Amino acid sequence: MSGFTVIQSGTAPGLPTPASPKNVPHRGGAANPSAEALKAQFGDAIRRVEVVWGETNVTIDLARALDIVRWLHDDPSQHYEYLSDVTAVEFRDRGMPIEVIWHLRSIKYRRFLRLKAPLAKGQPLKVSSVWSVYKGADWLERECYDMFGIVFEGHPDLRRILLWEQYAEGFPLRKDFPLRGRFSRAEQLRQALSANPEARYSMEELSIADAFQELPLDMRARIRGGESTGE
Amino acid sequence: MGLIDAPTPTVVSVDPVNSEGWITTRLDFLVNWGRANSLWPMPFGTACCAIEFMATAASKFDLARFGMERMGYSPRQADVLICAGRVPFKLAPVLRRIWQQMPQPKWAISMGACASTGGMFDNYAVVQGIDTIIPIDVYVPGCPPRPEALIHAIMMLQKKVMKDRMSDSAARVEMDPDPASQLYIPPSRIDQLSEQFGNSIPQMRSGQ
Ligand code: SF4
Repeated sequence: MSGFTVIQSGTAPGLPTPASPKNVPHRGGAANPSAEALKAQFGDAIRRVEVVWGETNVTIDLARALDIVRWLHDDPSQHYEYLSDVTAVEFRDRGMPIEVIWHLRSIKYRRFLRLKAPLAKGQPLKVSSVWSVYKGADWLERECYDMFGIVFEGHPDLRRILLWEQYAEGFPLRKDFPLRGRFSRAEQLRQALSANPEARYSMEELSIADAFQELPLDMRARIRGGESTGE
Repeated sequence: MGLIDAPTPTVVSVDPVNSEGWITTRLDFLVNWGRANSLWPMPFGTACCAIEFMATAASKFDLARFGMERMGYSPRQADVLICAGRVPFKLAPVLRRIWQQMPQPKWAISMGACASTGGMFDNYAVVQGIDTIIPIDVYVPGCPPRPEALIHAIMMLQKKVMKDRMSDSAARVEMDPDPASQLYIPPSRIDQLSEQFGNSIPQMRSGQ
């Protein structure tokens, strides 16, 4: 483990004193200054900026998503050091594309920015992973993949995280997924019970990895043989 | 299973003359009395019901009055599994493994609507009734059941334990599922799961 930096909230000079917002309009209001900066920096890749309930939503080009996120993270005038969520939305209106959404927070500037990138209709659901910028994206992207089937390219270990890896019914948060799943209850139970719960964890996830040398010999042999780790 | 009505056991005869007091009773009764009043629960809290279980165990409702203050967080040292909360499909094989590690005699309480039937979660992720995975002795209705309801269930379980007969071993025989079914986990696997770890002592079901 390397050291860590303590980032204090709102240390950028000239910020107003924080106060609870009052009379926030549904639409309109002051946009996050980062939106203008993004437009200046990326031009056409920034498609739309809207302010909803005081929060700024920036719709961006899917292909430039990683560049934009990296710039927001690296540029000293933006300093978005915290990725609070990666998720997606599928709308009930079938004509609308699925959107991938990133929630970014700048602790230093006390800013919150929501980026949205629509996935083109009829194309494979693919987007670049922001794992190289924020390590915290690891599990968030896995969850998004698990629930929507969106593939994050460049993610180091993209597999299901909430459902078990052999889950074969599809992606539950998609609108075409039936609430009760696709299989019968009996079949669901059969498949669930035949899963090997020990096989869901990688060596790293099991803290066994650290204590490996202290384990009894025969147990070590079994784990090395892959029996209990499923690797 | 254990619910046959039997005559109330004759309890105690004391000989006041003999200073070395002695009692006679039925062995069945004595053993059951001991068991029923020192059930060690293994709480398997998976959701909101577990909060109510905690309240039951805490000082206001005080599970210790029923000889249950010692929660066994190891299934190898527990008599009654209390499943408090919904069981997702992902947890089904885990719950099965925990149940199989518990030594006989063992009982199970299904606490709450979710554990018993799936409750309001009639969806792709939740098991519709815990009894599709393990045998249950007492179901507690409610969402969540109040602590009084859980205590009532425990008292019902105690009554059931009191009615156990040594001559009738059916209640204590491990219900091993058909080896062809998904419920079956080979005993060697269960042993492997209960393997000693860190400074724990061996506690395998097979006694090795
Ligand atoms: S029965 Fe109610 S309280 Fe209990 S786990 Fe289900 S939803 Fe939660």
